[in-house]
This record gives sequence, structure tokens and C-alpha cells, in this order.
Amino acid sequence: MVTAESSSNETLVSVKDLKMYFPVTEGLLIQRHTADVKAVDGLTFDVSRNETLGLVGESGCGKSTTGRAILQLHRPTAGSVEFDGVELTDLKGADLRRFRRRMQMIFQDPFSSLNPRMTVSQIIGEPMAIHGLYKGQERRDRIEFIMNAVGLNPLFAKRYPHEFSGGQRQRIGIARALAVEPDFIVCDEPVSALDVSIQAQVVNLLEDLQTEFGLTYLFIAHDLSVVKHISDRIAVMYLGHIVELSPANELYNNPIHAYTRALLSAVPIPDPVVEKTRERIILEGDVPSPLNPPQGCVFRTRCTKQGTAGCGCSEETPVLEEVSPGHWVANCKCCMEV
Amino acid sequence: MARLLDVKNLKTHFFTEEGVVRAVDGVTWHVDEGETLALVGESGCGKSVTAMSILRLIPSPPGRIVDGEIIFEGQNLLEATDEEMRAIRGNRISMVFQEPMTSLNPVLTIGQQIRESIILHLGLNEAEATQRSIELLELVGIPDAAGRINDYPHQFSGGMRQRVMIAMALSCNPKLLIADEPTTALDVTIQAQVMEIMGNLSKELGTAVLIITHNLGVVARYADRVNVMYAGRIVESSTAENVFGNPQHGYTVGLMASVPRLDDAEHVRLATIEGQPPLLIDEIQGCAFEPRCPKTDGCFCASEGTPELQEAYPGHWVANCPCCMSRDTVPA
Repeated sequence: MVTAESSSNETLVSVKDLKMYFPVTEGLLIQRHTADVKAVDGLTFDVSRNETLGLVGESGCGKSTTGRAILQLHRPTAGSVEFDGVELTDLKGADLRRFRRRMQMIFQDPFSSLNPRMTVSQIIGEPMAIHGLYKGQERRDRIEFIMNAVGLNPLFAKRYPHEFSGGQRQRIGIARALAVEPDFIVCDEPVSALDVSIQAQVVNLLEDLQTEFGLTYLFIAHDLSVVKHISDRIAVMYLGHIVELSPANELYNNPIHAYTRALLSAVPIPDPVVEKTRERIILEGDVPSPLNPPQGCVFRTRCTKQGTAGCGCSEETPVLEEVSPGHWVANCKCCMEV
Repeated sequence: MARLLDVKNLKTHFFTEEGVVRAVDGVTWHVDEGETLALVGESGCGKSVTAMSILRLIPSPPGRIVDGEIIFEGQNLLEATDEEMRAIRGNRISMVFQEPMTSLNPVLTIGQQIRESIILHLGLNEAEATQRSIELLELVGIPDAAGRINDYPHQFSGGMRQRVMIAMALSCNPKLLIADEPTTALDVTIQAQVMEIMGNLSKELGTAVLIITHNLGVVARYADRVNVMYAGRIVESSTAENVFGNPQHGYTVGLMASVPRLDDAEHVRLATIEGQPPLLIDEIQGCAFEPRCPKTDGCFCASEGTPELQEAYPGHWVANCPCCMSRDTVPA
């Protein structure tokens, strides 16, 4: 039996060469496997305990799939996901469920991710029931404690989701994730659906809860300003690959990959004086289809320097290379050229 | 610059079973020729309803423009006949909508949809209209425009569809382009492409732009002037430099402080505006921001009359609620 108790390991989650392909089939009765959507194609990274790792990239780059594949909500096509030293891809059934208690998820849409027919206390109590934690009065106390922790009035425990605003519903979703005392939470676009003033409330709440409960976050979002604000380190994804991985400030001050630089320059800063003098890199075209990604460097169809510097990126797939301590970049020469 | 559009004391209310929703409740603002004005605010503050009111596209019932004037090139649009409005829509005033996925007709080709307004408003024949459509698609940077004009919307990506929308909106050389959250549904690099195209074209053609958004970064980059809306009213109005550099109203200050910035060097805790925007279903007495204002002590703004815009500095208008206007309302 595999035990699901915490050891004092520095690295909590370790992902190696993770691949998640979705098969495309043809034929009605006899399904022929004709192609693969390569949503995630060889990711390697670690998440340390108490750390927030931000995952940014544009829609379809595979960031949500990565989060789900780590939690084994999609079983990865290849590669390894180690959680606290235990290989998750080998686990099944009750063994896996024991680990699921320690890994939770917060979803993007606070409207569709809560069951409209369940009260708040049922929603928060359900994970406890599934994992057989806290019974009777203990559970009611725990629900009250968590509601207080996320800033919901426990008097509202008998209310239904539709009686709450978007920001409050997101707090219910966070409370549900916290119910079973997880170590690791995948936050999949937790603030994207919220208004700016409510966004700040939820971001602050996530930071407070991390300190209070010693949580580790994988924070997935497309809003680079929010990700930079909350993350210790950031991984930039493009078409199923990590192109750059670095501490948050280092990424902003010293971006190396051409895609990272374009992405950073595309985010407008809310200050007209700063914006007047900022240089913008406008990328041409769209992201290629993950059904048929470019050979070699995935960014080369949009890279302005493609083919310069005698780069063999049209054939060789770049790998992450450490350019300075903790700062990893996909080593495509033309993408790295300043 | 000459005045293009004057909105005076506009009130658009929705008469629902639950009561009267005062979505827009007395706003006065203007657009000069060729300038870019931004309407900023959170969802439900009435910015889209304001834009829809200008084109008289408010679904009625339940909505109705109950008061005010909308004067466009000297004509009060609220008194225009339906025919006159049809001649203005898509011609002298055009609109780009938020959702590039749903705002194009899926069963008509891109070419048919662009041609429609050109033929209607400019009176060109089919062949001339096709030629003009191709030029427009080239203008917004669609590669192989002539080859793609007979494609259907589903064959275009989100960013390309939004560029098609811009091409359609600019097809009749409008004097005013209303862009309602034009880039909210798009990824950030595509957002930059689309905004750059829209910004450059409106400058070239001398089109005034009314941009409606909640993205303060987009406003800072593209707008000349900014109106900040809260609960159906304007709380602050000035140039982008003034509103961002020297915000006066408590709501504006709170809004600015609650947005993380990419160029923050240190990790600073985000300031928050406690609570939520009010429901507009009950008539709001006095200052609508009062329940969330950190400075209300000793101020009678909740019971006294609705704050009016007052010129705090030259060209910088603020709703004259004493507590909201005090400069040290930056939340701790």
C-alpha cells in the first residue's frame, strides 16, 4: 500500500517529459486512429513546497491540460509526475484517491463549477465525505472554519450558489478545494472571470491562504500581470512546450526567448506615460494548430529571426538550457538572439 | 477640434418585473472629431448600455431611454426616425462587438457580410463592393484577402474574425467607431495586433473611437481621454494622463491600485475596494460609491443629492462627493 503522508521533501511536484496527446479518430464503427492533438509535448519542471509556479501562455498552449495531467484527471500519454516522491502515473483506484486529497483544483468559471442544487455547506462538505474526513459536528465546525478562512459568513452555509456574486462564488470554490487540507492546489484561471476590484480581493485571499496553510500553487492564467504578481517562478508555454522558465522578476527584467519578449511587450501597462515610450513587438499570424505543430522549434513560424545565426531549429527540437541560475530557456539560437 | 457627439443627461432604464434598473442614470459627455475616448468601469456599470443607447439598439421592452439628448453632427438621434437611424448605423457610426465568434453570421461568407453595408450605404454595385471588400481586408492585414473573401467565418481564427469586424466597421468611412470590449475575448498577442490595426486605421482615416473596456492597460495605451463610470454614472473624466497620473475620485484611485502592474519591481499587496458594486434596481440616493468608500466618516454624501461633475483642475472633472474627492482615499 502506498501511504499518502507528507514527507519533508523540498520538491513537492516533479514533472518529467510529460506528454498529453488526444487521439483523433475517424470512422463510425471501426475507429481508426488518424492523428494526435499534441496538447502537451514534453514538459519538465519541478514545483517546490510553498512555492507558486505560474504557468502562462495563450489559449490552446496546453496550460490547463498540464494542470489536469498533473492531477491525473487526464492520464498522461507519456512521462512522469512525481508527487512528494511518489509516481502518480502508476497509481490507480484507492491509492490514487488518497493522493487526490492532497491535490485540489480551483476552476475558472465560478458559475458553472458549483452545483446549483447543492447548498454551500453541501458543496464544501462533499470532498470531506468522499475522503471520509470529519464526521458530524466536527464536519460542521470544519465547514464553518473554512468559510471564515475564505471570507464567507458562516451564516450563509444553507444558501445556494445563485444567491452569491461572482467573487463570493469563487470563494466557495476555494473553500471546497481547502476542505480536505490539501498540500497542492492547481488554480486554473481563478480570477479571469472576475471584475478588477474583485480580482484583487481573490488574489489577496489566495496569498493569505498560502501563508496560513502552507500551500503550494500551480497558478495557471493568461493575464501576465496577475501571474507575475502572485508567482515566485513563471513558466511560459507555447504550443505544448515550455519556452522559458525563470524567477518572476528575472523573467520580466531579462526575458530571453523571442516569444516571452513579444508576450511581455504585448501586455499594456496601466500608465499612459510609460506606454508612450514602450516598444512593442507585434507578432505576425496566429498560433499553429497543435494537430500539426511545426517540426523543430514550435515558435519558428512566427519568429522574425528564423533561419538566422545558422540555427538548425527547423529540424532540431530545442531543449531547456540554464542560461543563468534558475533561468531556463529553450535553446533555439534564433529565438534567443537579442 | 470640432464636436462630433454630445451626450447630455442620458438616462436609460430597464423596466423589469423586479423593478426599474437604472443602468445609465444621467451621464453627460462628448467626443471630438478624431479623438479616442474610453469608457471604463466594471461589469454592470452601464458602459455598454451607454454605447447601445447611442445607436438606439436598446431592446425595448424592457429598456427605454427615458431622458436626455444624443447630438451627433448636430442631429438629435433620439428624435431621428427609424429610417434615419438605419442610414446612420454602420455608415456614419459603426460598431465592433466583443465576441468575434458570435457577431458574424455563420451561414454567409465574409465577403457577403462586408459587401452588405457597402452596397447599402455607398450604393456601389456587386463587383465594386467586392473590390472594396478585398481592399478593406488587406487594410486590416488578412493575408491572401482576394482568396479568402469567399470563406465562411468558421474558417477564420478569433483574431482574424475581429479584424474582419473592424474591416466591416470601417467600410463606409464612419465618423465614429464604437468598440465594445473589442479585445476581451482575444489572447494578448492577438489583442496587440487588433488594437494596433484599429488605432492606426482610425488615425489614418480620422475616425473618432469610443472604446469601452475594463482593461486599464488598453485604456492607458490607446485613449486620449477617459470617462470612469460607476453604477450608471460618470465619476471622473479627463485626459488619460490626468486620470492615471492624478486620479481624484475614490473609486478611480481604488481601481488603479487594485490592478497588478507588470512593471512592479517589488511585490506589493494589492489594494482592494471592499464590497461589491450596488444593484441598480433600487434608486441610489446620493453618492453610489458611499458603501465602499473608505473615507465616508462625517460625510453626508449618502443622503444628500447626487454628486455632480465638477472641474477639480482645468479639464479634469470629478463627481463632487466630498469624501470620494479627498486625495488620501488610497486604501491602506
